Amino acid sequence: MASFTNPMAAPRSSGPATLAWAFVERQTNLWKRYWAWELVWLVYGVVNTLAITFIAKEVEQAGIAGARDANDLVLFLLLGTLVWAYLSAVLDDISLVVTWERWEGTIEHTLMAPVPRWVHLVGMSVFGVLHAIVRTLLIFAIALPFFAVDFSQADWVAAAAVIAVGSLSIAGLGILAGVLPLLYPERGTQMSFMVQAVVLLISGVYYSVEVLPGWLQVFSYASPATYILDGIRGAIIGGDSVGEMAGTLGILALFGVLLVPFSVFVFAVAERWAKRTGKLKRQG
Amino acid sequence: MSRSFGPDSPETSREAEMEQQALRVTNLNKYFGGGFQYRKLVSWCLPVTANPPAVAHVLQDVSFEVGRGEVFGLIGANGSGKSTLVRVLSTLLLPDSGSVEVFGHDVVSAAGSVRALINRVSADPSFFRNMSAYENLLFFGRIYGLTPGEIRVLVPDVLRRLGFAEELAAEQMNHLSRGQQQKVAVARSFLTSPVMMLLDEPTTGLDPRSRRDVQRFIRDVQRDHDATILLTTHDMEEAEVLCDRISFIAGGRIVASGTPLALRERVARGRPVEEIDMEDVFMELTGHDLEEDEAPAEVAAHG
Ligand SMILES: Nc1ncnc2c1ncn2[C@@H]1O[C@H](COP(=O)(O)OP(=O)(O)OP(=O)(O)O)[C@@H](O)[C@H]1O
Ligand SMILES: [Mg+2]
Repeated sequence: MASFTNPMAAPRSSGPATLAWAFVERQTNLWKRYWAWELVWLVYGVVNTLAITFIAKEVEQAGIAGARDANDLVLFLLLGTLVWAYLSAVLDDISLVVTWERWEGTIEHTLMAPVPRWVHLVGMSVFGVLHAIVRTLLIFAIALPFFAVDFSQADWVAAAAVIAVGSLSIAGLGILAGVLPLLYPERGTQMSFMVQAVVLLISGVYYSVEVLPGWLQVFSYASPATYILDGIRGAIIGGDSVGEMAGTLGILALFGVLLVPFSVFVFAVAERWAKRTGKLKRQG
Repeated sequence: MSRSFGPDSPETSREAEMEQQALRVTNLNKYFGGGFQYRKLVSWCLPVTANPPAVAHVLQDVSFEVGRGEVFGLIGANGSGKSTLVRVLSTLLLPDSGSVEVFGHDVVSAAGSVRALINRVSADPSFFRNMSAYENLLFFGRIYGLTPGEIRVLVPDVLRRLGFAEELAAEQMNHLSRGQQQKVAVARSFLTSPVMMLLDEPTTGLDPRSRRDVQRFIRDVQRDHDATILLTTHDMEEAEVLCDRISFIAGGRIVASGTPLALRERVARGRPVEEIDMEDVFMELTGHDLEEDEAPAEVAAHG
């Protein structure tokens, strides 16, 4: 039986998975309490998806493109907004890891717990991904009836593979963006939103990256989101199978394998710096 | 050179001694401020007019030891460096020089081991305010490796001993009074059975009755479970009731240490010790009034 306070008790040994899951559970509890915000984001997501996808309808009505091309554009934009809804939800959740706890005032108690930082960040990332999947599927389900899109050629398995592999690198980006609030308690959160805005610009969410000026395209190829969008469009519009997508998946896997450890490392360095300079928290 | 590792060898006795010392702080220094001067980078277009930022020397050569099972009190005015010291012990601030060992583990190089041994109560309760008290305890217990099952068993017991009505555990944190929140904060840290407890003004803001509840709880835990406690407070009475040994801290320095009785004797000069007010002892030994805020010593620069 568990007995209260047995000081020299054998060290408890919850494995990393259990410890990481504690963060998922906590975020879920928080999410339930902030359901009104979830509703706001859902409505915003749906409206955004509709508003942008209707541009394709306008293109058709104004005679800029024929019905066939316009239908292709509907699907192109719909996928763009949905993927972006997903990516931005993951980035938001992960990059707010420090901001959120600072705002609640819990940051010191969370950071002094005997949880390796990578386990903590993995827990936050897992929640971010699950949360984003739920939200995006809801947006998808609500927005779909507004358009007559044809998914007969779509390879859903390949699309799921792109999301699965691609989420790794997005988690890495989120952790990197989450370092900023650690370094800059006052304005770091604003900075991480700017990182997100830049990813939106360079990754070809609402257009192909080829339309960007050459110097900007260089950055497009450094953004994993570019390959995720490419992959998803390839799978759903072009019907590419996992095998045909090996190249894209390989690049995404490489991004993930490099970015995740790198971002955790950068986070650890920033945490050390914050602890040296007293930037974690000051009151009390 | 050959070494013997027999029972009386210096190595083993040192180990045994380390076992006894719960906390060993040696020449600890902490500075705040200064930092990197961005303006220097752009001095070719922006004149560097601002003076270099002042550096505050917040902990100055602090050294002390706390034995296992001891309750050690740290008393000082606002701004004297108590919380800074507690943060260094909690691995939340890195020392600029000197060393801190918790049961032989260094707070910098073995932070992970230290974290598993300690927990802390801070003056502000710091919870996820929209989650219930129970959900908060669940999370903070789980990240110390407790299972939900263990937490379910422990929480009612700890809350009862603190005089906290169990039904309130389902309430959202921000619906609880400040005193109730503070009790949940105390529960959170004792839940994880820390070997060393860092209590940073644990009873600040509590009414007299809650204050006694918390003090009794601390005494019980310490007596029954061999926990080592470091307590910071403004409250002399609390320090005398709870602490085996006390240190006065002023301007980031430890100015005097000893048992409450020994400290009284130091200023007694023939008077009967019972008649001496502890506040006066503080005043005489530190040259400060406990009620008076302190500003840390500023130094021009540090390397
Ligand atoms: N993170 C920080 N950055 C810069 N200065 C800090 C920081 N933390 C503390 N200080 C400064 O260090 C000094 C000591 O602060 P500290 O919080 O340790 O005092 P304290 O003894 O706990 O006071 P109180 O009784 O009010 O809690 C203060 O002058 C404070 O302004
Ligand atoms: Mg303090």
